Amino acid sequence: MNIVVLSGKGGTGKTLVSTNLAVYMGANYIDTDVEEPNGFIFLKSVVEETAYVEIDIPDIDKQKCVMCFKCVDFCEFNALAKTKQGVLVFDKLCHSCGGCKIVCPVDAVNYKKKNIGIIEKGKANHIKCIRGVLNIGEPIAVPIIKEILNNLDDTLNMIDASPGTSCNVVKTLEYADAAILVTEPTKFGLHDLGRAVKLVEDLNIPFGVVINRITEENNIIKDYCKENKIHILAEIKHDKNVAVLYSKGELLLEDDRYKEIFESLSNKVKENLLCK
Amino acid sequence: MKIAISSQGKEKESLIDLRFGRCTYFQIYDTDTEKLTAIENSAISSTGGAGIQAANLLLNENVDAVVTGILGPNAVQVLKASDVKFFTPGIKKISDIISDYKENKLEVKEY
Repeated sequence: MNIVVLSGKGGTGKTLVSTNLAVYMGANYIDTDVEEPNGFIFLKSVVEETAYVEIDIPDIDKQKCVMCFKCVDFCEFNALAKTKQGVLVFDKLCHSCGGCKIVCPVDAVNYKKKNIGIIEKGKANHIKCIRGVLNIGEPIAVPIIKEILNNLDDTLNMIDASPGTSCNVVKTLEYADAAILVTEPTKFGLHDLGRAVKLVEDLNIPFGVVINRITEENNIIKDYCKENKIHILAEIKHDKNVAVLYSKGELLLEDDRYKEIFESLSNKVKENLLCK
Repeated sequence: MKIAISSQGKEKESLIDLRFGRCTYFQIYDTDTEKLTAIENSAISSTGGAGIQAANLLLNENVDAVVTGILGPNAVQVLKASDVKFFTPGIKKISDIISDYKENKLEVKEY
C-alpha cells in the first residue's frame, strides 16, 4: 500500500507530514523528492546500502555513421544535433527513449551508461528509509524515482514526493494507492492545491488534504475544500514552536503536544483513504 | 554566402531579436543573389533544447554566419562544429545589419 504525500506548492510541509506520519504508522519512508531529499535529516536515518542509478545515452559510432541525420530528425528532445562533423549528442537532454537506435539505418547508435544519482537505503526510528539523490546539475529525475518505486516492499510505504505537478510527481503518483495533499492557507497554496487536486482526480486516486500553518478558523483552503467536497484530514496550527523543532531537524512526534495531530491524521488516513 | 539574422518580424525594417533559440523569425540574406528571405523559427515552441533546434534549422538552410544577441553554449557547440561565424551587433534594424555586413563593419564574435 503506497501513500503519496504531495503538495502542488513547495514548502508547505510534505516532509513534515510524511516523516512524522511514517514513524507514527510504522510505514517505510520513501523520499522521491530526489532534487532535494531532506527527510533523512529529520529521521536521522543511518544509510546501510547505496546503489548507483544509470541511464542509457547514445554513443554514435563515427566509423559507421553515414550522416543521414535520421536520428536527429527523430529526437523529440533535441538531444541530437546535426553538424558538419557528424551527430552531436547532448546528454542532459536525452530521455533514453531508444528511438535513435531504431531509426538508424546503419546500426551506428550504441548506448553507454551514464550515472545520474544514487539510491540510499537505511533505517531510522525502527522504520525502513529509502531516498533517491539526483546528481547536482542533472536535469532528469524520473529514472531514479522509477527505480525506487519499482522495488518497494509490499507493506505500507509513505512516499514524500517532489513539489509541483511535474513529471516527477506524475511518475510517483503512478504507484499511489492514496494521496495526501499538504497545503497552506495562502493564495499560492490554494492555486497550486487546485492543480494537485486536478492531477489526483484525473488519476483516480483517493485523497485528502492537510492544511499546515493555520492561523484562523476560516480560510480560503477550507472554503475550497467545502465547495469541492474534499476531505480535510488534518490541520496544523501556525506555531513558532513547530518552526523551532523543524529548524533543529526534530520530528514533531518527539513533542507530546503535537503527537495527537498525527494520531488523528493516521486514523483518518486509515478510515478515509486506505479502506477504499 | 548566407547569413541568418534572428528577427522580431518578417520585414526589412524589423528589429533584430536578441534571443537566438526562441526568436520569432530568422531572416536569411544571400550575399550572392542579394535576396532576403524570412522563415519562421520552429524551435520557438520546443520544450527544451530550442537553441540546438534553431541551430539545426539554420544548418539545413546552409547558413554560413549567424547574427543574433545571446547564444547559449549548446547552440554555439552545434554551429561551431559546422564552421558557422557569429556576429552580435546589438539592437539594430535588419536592413542596417545587412548594409553593415556589406561594408565589413560587423565584428566577428568569438566563442
